[in-house]
Amino acid sequence: MKQEHIVIIGNGISGVTLARHIRKLSDKRITLISSESEHFFSRTALMYVYMGHMKWNHLKPYEDKFWVKNRLELKQAHVQHVDTQQKQLTFESGEVFSYDKLVIACGSKYNKFGWPGQDAKGVIGLVNKQDLEELEELAPNNKVCKRAVIVGGGLIGVELAEMLSTRNIPVTFLVREKHFWNNVLPAEEAQLIDRHIREHHIDLRLETNLEEIITDENGKVKSVKIKETGEVLDCDLVGLTPGVSPNISFLKSSTIDLNRGVLINRSLETSETDVYAIGDCAEQREPIGNRPPIEAVWYTGRMMGETLAQTLCGNPMEYKPGHWFNSAKFFDIEYQTYGWVFPKPKEGQTDFYWEHEDGKKCIHIQYEKESRIFKGINTFGIRLRHEVFDRWLTEKVTVDEVIKNLKSANFDPEFFKSYEKEIQNKFQYTLKTT
Amino acid sequence: MSVDVNMSVTGNSPEALNVQQKLSSALGLLGIFIMTLSGFNIQFQPKIVWVSLSLIMVFAGIFWYSKVSYGHKTEGIKNDRIYFKSLTNRGFWAYILGLALTGFYIVLYFYPSWIGLISDGENTGVIALFDPLSKAISGNAASQWFVYGTLYTLAIVGFGVKFLWKYRHNRYQRLRTFSVMFFQLGFAFLIPELMSRLNGDNFSLPYYNFVNIWPLNYYNFEQYRVDQFINSGTVGIGLLIFGVLSILIITPILTYKYGKRWYCSWVCGCGGLAETAGDSFRHLSDKSQSSWKLERWLVHTVVVFVVIMTTAVVYSYLNTDKYWLSGSAFLISVASLLTIVFTWTMVYKREELQNDAKYAAIGFFVVILSLLGLHFSGLIDKVFLFEAETLRATYGFAIGAIFSGVVGVGFYPIFGNRVWCRFGCPMAAILGFQQRLFSKFRITTNGGQCISCGNCTTYCEMGIDVRAYAQKGENIVRSSCVGCGICASVCPRGVLKLENDTPAGRINSQEVLLGNDVDLMDLVNQNK
Ligand SMILES: Cc1cc2nc3c(=O)[nH]c(=O)nc-3n(C[C@H](O)[C@H](O)[C@H](O)COP(=O)(O)OP(=O)(O)OC[C@H]3O[C@@H](n4cnc5c(N)ncnc54)[C@H](O)[C@@H]3O)c2cc1C
Ligand code: SF4
Ligand code: SF4
Repeated sequence: MKQEHIVIIGNGISGVTLARHIRKLSDKRITLISSESEHFFSRTALMYVYMGHMKWNHLKPYEDKFWVKNRLELKQAHVQHVDTQQKQLTFESGEVFSYDKLVIACGSKYNKFGWPGQDAKGVIGLVNKQDLEELEELAPNNKVCKRAVIVGGGLIGVELAEMLSTRNIPVTFLVREKHFWNNVLPAEEAQLIDRHIREHHIDLRLETNLEEIITDENGKVKSVKIKETGEVLDCDLVGLTPGVSPNISFLKSSTIDLNRGVLINRSLETSETDVYAIGDCAEQREPIGNRPPIEAVWYTGRMMGETLAQTLCGNPMEYKPGHWFNSAKFFDIEYQTYGWVFPKPKEGQTDFYWEHEDGKKCIHIQYEKESRIFKGINTFGIRLRHEVFDRWLTEKVTVDEVIKNLKSANFDPEFFKSYEKEIQNKFQYTLKTT
Repeated sequence: MSVDVNMSVTGNSPEALNVQQKLSSALGLLGIFIMTLSGFNIQFQPKIVWVSLSLIMVFAGIFWYSKVSYGHKTEGIKNDRIYFKSLTNRGFWAYILGLALTGFYIVLYFYPSWIGLISDGENTGVIALFDPLSKAISGNAASQWFVYGTLYTLAIVGFGVKFLWKYRHNRYQRLRTFSVMFFQLGFAFLIPELMSRLNGDNFSLPYYNFVNIWPLNYYNFEQYRVDQFINSGTVGIGLLIFGVLSILIITPILTYKYGKRWYCSWVCGCGGLAETAGDSFRHLSDKSQSSWKLERWLVHTVVVFVVIMTTAVVYSYLNTDKYWLSGSAFLISVASLLTIVFTWTMVYKREELQNDAKYAAIGFFVVILSLLGLHFSGLIDKVFLFEAETLRATYGFAIGAIFSGVVGVGFYPIFGNRVWCRFGCPMAAILGFQQRLFSKFRITTNGGQCISCGNCTTYCEMGIDVRAYAQKGENIVRSSCVGCGICASVCPRGVLKLENDTPAGRINSQEVLLGNDVDLMDLVNQNK
């Protein structure tokens, strides 16, 4: 029998994890296609190159030899059309490429919400390698870029703010919500981050929207106009970071069912046979639990890759992610989350919040009022153990047990001050007073 | 790997130093300049004032520089722009510094007369400048080693302050830096100098730094030292016994409990310099698989070399029958000890050794045993006797001077701060061997939280590809890890934790990471 050829569009974390796991399980021919960069790199670390913590090569998790050694074929090309009847791809160059099974792992692009001037020179996002190169060109220092305006208060926005501040470029940060990332974080920790962002001399403007981007006679960004106040801010760079969405325009000409993303079922199959989708670009027809239908995070991309490898190697599996977890860093403050913490506790749930007096560490727990079952925790400035929380969530332990055993979940480096006692006292106190 | 494309090729980033940084650097350099001038026999009088002044200027320069660099910043990781600076990115200034340091070491080891060492008369030059200081501490005139020791200590203490400022949010980093500063200043510098004050006509201890343990201190068991120990009565014998116990008993116990970090990044002077003065260069270590391979071969070769050399040296004087232990008895005990260690490893720890480590262990063992065999069979008469001196001289030159000094420190700005510790130090190799096979220490990976960003790998001074383990959810149990804890500090997602815990489950390897479907994890991990 002919060796089956699995073609993966996208060499990001989801595509590469899939390829690695297929290789472990089988001898199939595997091709990874990407137009962005020859080798897989860590998208999450783009910021560190601009900040001078690392060079481009440090972002590559595998040495270049790895791909040859594991017989993973790499193809640098842009896919323009997918023909699921003929099982063929057409590249921008005109080349035609056949597959036996196709996996779409094409990731995200950054959102633009139809603002006037959004395509001008000097407007950037921060998603791919080319964005980084453009940023380096537009904002090498504070002489070329005297002020930058960032629009959209999410994880990428705050990373961009940190990046620019390392080059001493003044930054104005426009955030639509009442507090930074308040659509995801409860107000307490969102305010904690507000303060920290300002401590880093970022001009953070809350509840502020962009009206338009004004350009000069050469079509380059000159200033932005703010909707609420009509204020015009001069700037040389506008960073658009109001979230990302699936990068699927090249699939419009195909017969694959699309919505915002590539629609998939729990087995990660699209509407066409032998075509699958994973990672940022995939959209669950029916959301799983509390998860959004499109999960644009590193971990879920990786988990989908791990799962699909099983299916493609003759061991059909559904995508059943375990308990939600995530992490990020806001300038100096690390954040981790396990389980679900919502901006406002859900119906029938309540919360417990503790903040250290320095205003830079806090934990926020949500739990069910009746049963007292622990639902999730946000932690800032204190590292917690994934394994322990994963187990607690599986075992459905109560909030009281979590607080009591908090120390066993601590993951801070040795000799760090621990705050369990303080947290326990505050918890006891709140129990008494409510 | 790291010398490749830099995205920030424009070189426009604000890398220039600010005014205060320039002034403080100038102050420190001025201190060095005074010392250098004295080398050209410019008479600075009174010397005690000038030597103190120059040392204070260097320290104050570093202190001031650290304050203006980190003092006003919020607490956190301070690696901004490291790859844009010439000094820390193998640029022009890195090579200048490298040349200056290697030059210094070459003069120090091979041409001490150039800096004014006069063995039978008054010192001149730089060494003379240090005479009053040396007299104040030990009562003796300075030697090139006193000058070196002073500058070395100054570097650890000065740059230790810088490190403390830089990592002030991290208590692990702070404590271990206090520790290396303390051990350097007290145990490596002051105590041995003060001890020599005790020396008189019939009591003369050799220069002894308690925390410089054989085989790092490869000359500890040479005849002149052993004689001095023995002749100094109980104290001397005590020190000699302490020297033997250090490597055979104390070291293994501490390494079992805490990993080799207790020594390499809390106590050792070489490690101390690497962690403080060398901190700005830690990211320059080579992370490739091939350099890991080179490391394994090189460092173990040095161990074999030092074992053979020391055995030969000790044997050559024991053989004179002036001591209670006979040469042959000594050789037999060395052979037995090595056989026990080798057999234990091969029987109990086989699976944990990689293939080439196994071959190497067997190879080295065979070499040592066959030398002993040759000796006892009388085939080659006096293998150890005649070669001892040549071996010792070669080791002292190639490893003691060139590797640990000239290359080890001189090349900080090019190859990173732990070249010696990684490729050359026999002590690190022995501790590492134990750390890998018999210790409670490991770096735990936090479930599935790794985002493969690469900060840990980049800043690992030992060139360990930490990310390769972390992104698979695997703990890091590597013989070369000195437990500096920097990988855990720079990780932006809180993925790594240095811990001492029960040996069971220390080395894990998961195929599918935490966070995924429990069934899938079980399935994949079972079918491995
Ligand atoms: C700046 C930044 C920081 C982030 N930080 C975090 C974080 O801290 N934690 C976290 O969990 N997540 C983070 N994320 C999100 C995370 O990086 C993504 O979820 C993840 O990279 C998605 O992986 P993927 O494999 O689905 O797609 P991608 O990594 O986007 O890979 C898709 C690849 O396919 C290529 N491609 C697309 N279309 C075509 C085509 N037609 N032809 C050829 N090639 C094509 C693209 O060029 C790209 O290389 C961050 C994202 C960004 C941008
Ligand atoms: S692995 Fe971490 S702790 Fe060990 S040497 Fe490298 S950076 Fe230091
Ligand atoms: S620094 Fe942390 S998140 Fe980044 S690769 Fe290392 S372990 Fe993973």
